[in-house]
Amino acid sequence: MSIALWTVIIVPFVSAFVLLVIGAYMPKKAAGAIGCVSVGISWVAAMFVASDFLREMPPDGFRTTLYTWMDVGGLNPGIAVRLDALSLVMISVITFVGFLIHIYASQSMYDEDGYSRFFGYMNLFVGSMLTLVLADNLLLLYLGWEGVGLCSYLLIGFWYKDATNGRAAQKAFIVTRVGDTALAIALFWLFVSFGTLDIKTILSAAPAKLVAGSAAATLLACLIIGGAVGKSAQIPLQTWLPDAMAGPTPVSALIHAATMVTAGVYLIARLHTLFTLAPPAMFAVAVIGTLTLFYSGFSALVQRDIKRVLAYSTISQIGYMFLALGVGAWTAAIFHFFTHAFFKALLFLSAGVAIDAQHHEHDIFKMGGLKRALPIAYWTFLIGAASLSALPLVTAGFYSKDSIIWGAYSSPLGAPWLWVLALISTFITAVYSFRVVYLVFHGEQKMEVSKHPGVLMNLVLVVLAFFSITAGFIGMPESIFKFDPLVRFLKTAFNTIPAYQNHANHAAEVMLLTISSALGLLGIFTAFSYYRHNRFAWIVDRSPFAKAIHSFFFSGWGFDWLYDLLFVRPYKTFAYWNRSDAIDNVFTGLASLARIGNSIFSSLQTGRIRNYAASLILGAAIFTTIVILRTKL
Amino acid sequence: MINHAMMFAGLLFVIGAVGIMIRRNLLFMLISVELMLNAAGLAIAVGGSKWSQPDGQVFLIMIFVAAATGVAVGISLLLANYHERKNVDADELSLMREREPIEQ
Amino acid sequence: MIGVFYASALIGFIAALLAITGTNPMRALVNLVVVFLAISSVLWTVGAPFTAALQILIYAGAIAVLFVFAVMMLNLGEETISREREWLHSSVWILPMAIAIVLAIQFVTAFARQGGNPNLIGSKTVGISMFSVYMIAVELASLLLVAGLIAAFHFAEVLRRKETEDD
Repeated sequence: MSIALWTVIIVPFVSAFVLLVIGAYMPKKAAGAIGCVSVGISWVAAMFVASDFLREMPPDGFRTTLYTWMDVGGLNPGIAVRLDALSLVMISVITFVGFLIHIYASQSMYDEDGYSRFFGYMNLFVGSMLTLVLADNLLLLYLGWEGVGLCSYLLIGFWYKDATNGRAAQKAFIVTRVGDTALAIALFWLFVSFGTLDIKTILSAAPAKLVAGSAAATLLACLIIGGAVGKSAQIPLQTWLPDAMAGPTPVSALIHAATMVTAGVYLIARLHTLFTLAPPAMFAVAVIGTLTLFYSGFSALVQRDIKRVLAYSTISQIGYMFLALGVGAWTAAIFHFFTHAFFKALLFLSAGVAIDAQHHEHDIFKMGGLKRALPIAYWTFLIGAASLSALPLVTAGFYSKDSIIWGAYSSPLGAPWLWVLALISTFITAVYSFRVVYLVFHGEQKMEVSKHPGVLMNLVLVVLAFFSITAGFIGMPESIFKFDPLVRFLKTAFNTIPAYQNHANHAAEVMLLTISSALGLLGIFTAFSYYRHNRFAWIVDRSPFAKAIHSFFFSGWGFDWLYDLLFVRPYKTFAYWNRSDAIDNVFTGLASLARIGNSIFSSLQTGRIRNYAASLILGAAIFTTIVILRTKL
Repeated sequence: MINHAMMFAGLLFVIGAVGIMIRRNLLFMLISVELMLNAAGLAIAVGGSKWSQPDGQVFLIMIFVAAATGVAVGISLLLANYHERKNVDADELSLMREREPIEQ
Repeated sequence: MIGVFYASALIGFIAALLAITGTNPMRALVNLVVVFLAISSVLWTVGAPFTAALQILIYAGAIAVLFVFAVMMLNLGEETISREREWLHSSVWILPMAIAIVLAIQFVTAFARQGGNPNLIGSKTVGISMFSVYMIAVELASLLLVAGLIAAFHFAEVLRRKETEDD
């Protein structure tokens, strides 16, 4: 099994290297084939690993080391991977969804320049993400963490010739960097406290070392949260994700929907012991998740760019995952990650089809009536939107979102307002997702279809749609039909903590299910009725108050403006004051000093006899002074 | 009293040195050099007198010889230079170019 | 005796100052001769009458005459005086004066505390010393004079050749 496991990680790196070094000299089809096949091999190897693991089910997970990375000062991490239920679920999703997205991209990005560069970066990303989730020690995890951040930067700014893309990529990198720094400090602290960065060792030693509820444990957990919110685009570091939609659609699907933004969720889930030892930090996670999911729903409601709607939607859904983590429902969070990967990737890819078909137009108010022109895209997008809105019983999103809300309700760490806001958000989610469905696919067709999707793209959409429906059936709640192998499997990864006594209160669960389903359906109905008659626009045009609220939601609740005021402007002012660079001046000052010395000393060389005679006499005066003073005449 | 004579010699030397430093005319420079030589010789003679040895005066005679030779050759050089450049400016006797500024 | 010494020292001092700050070359030369005479007088009071006489012979008699001939040949006239005056601008002598004052102070303080009396050393003693102990020095001095003579001849030849070229 270890060979298969290493294959999963190494093959994407090897193909990334090949593509980035000699990809420009290959024919396009070869580059695309290498890119897709490498992730395909990774997926097949992951399936082998999965079957082996499910057969054997080692209690402590499966660990294998390649070599010792370094051995310095007591720190000796190895290039080692550990496979347990959590990482197995993660790599299955990453490789499978990654493989599908690569196939889609091989057709949709075919006409672009830098085709091989694209696949090189995508493979590098898949390799880094796999490293991240499989890492056995935190240093290797941090390597994968930084790797995915780098690939995100490279891929957002893929069309680098346009400066706005570069700025969006910079914004993504810089904002996540703030989180990465917090995570790095947490790693330093962990090493100092525990003497090792091995995850298993830390988690088993943590209850002894850290006092539950102490300030040290809480601060440590908060630093880790800082890293997680940066990568997962939660409040307060969520401003980069809407702008990251400047990248190509497959990039948005893979990185900013299915995998990279869930790295924070994975991190918190992996280090769950540290969080259970710091209840204030866990509650903070839940609060962050709830506030984020609430606020981004409203922002998604008024966006015009279809990809920005989906970006805010991603922020919102990851908020749900954070909420689940914060109330201790670890398996619910990972289950929602599992289903979200499928339907969010599906939504992005079918939106990509619609965008390509409308001459790269992103504004949903300029699209329309694509139901007849792009039938497969329509039906798959509809399935994805239904899954996102948690349409009852038939979609995967229903089961996973339900498990989160049930967790928030029943967990002793939850609070009432958490699940109330989550329920309200269900309504908003349904409204904004079906708003897009209605505006883009129903109504009059405003533009001619410029490009029809290829066969492979349609195939990928269908596969993803299938999973968006069926992926939830392996985690059904107890009150409906007790069939939850995924949840039970995931629980084995979290068996180091006492399982929360989710009192199997069937009646309460059924009532919650009914309420959320009702809210979802109400949202769908609201969306259709309002956008059929376009009443929202009428209200907004009439009242300046409504217009103000509209622009407030549109700008993402003013976070960008706030950060610009608090951080960007002061920093730019300081940079302007220091524009001649004080530290640089020390070094150029040395050079100027030498130059001044030169000019002084060369001005002494006049070539005139009088001046040289004067220097002789001066020397004589100095020497006589010395002699007289020494002999004390 | 002997030390006052030495002081006198020293002051004459200083005056000669000042003359070299401030004059631009070659002839005046030569005059100043003569002054310095004289002062040095006087100092030697005074020293010999203090310790009642004739060596001081002998050396003074040697200095006479050297000074005379020096003046002869110096005047010849002065005249040759004057014939070449038609002036007795000491600052003209410089082959140094103008200082070029250092590039940044 | 002492009074003669101080008087001649004072005269020598003033004459030297006038010599180096003069604008007219002839006046400067005459002042230089006065300095020579003053030095000779000091030598005599210090107890070296032979060298005092030699000083006048050689310096005031030969070297000063050389200088005067040079001045005559250089034809330094009226414009010289004005030019010299402008060359003696104050910025020229400020720094040298400072250095010189330092040196002068050193000379004065170095010799201030010592005493001594002059001893007469006659020509006979000097002669004996010169031709027995310092014979080599005398011979070398004559060699030096020959060298000077040759140099003067050489320059005269060069000048003569240059003059014939210019014509």
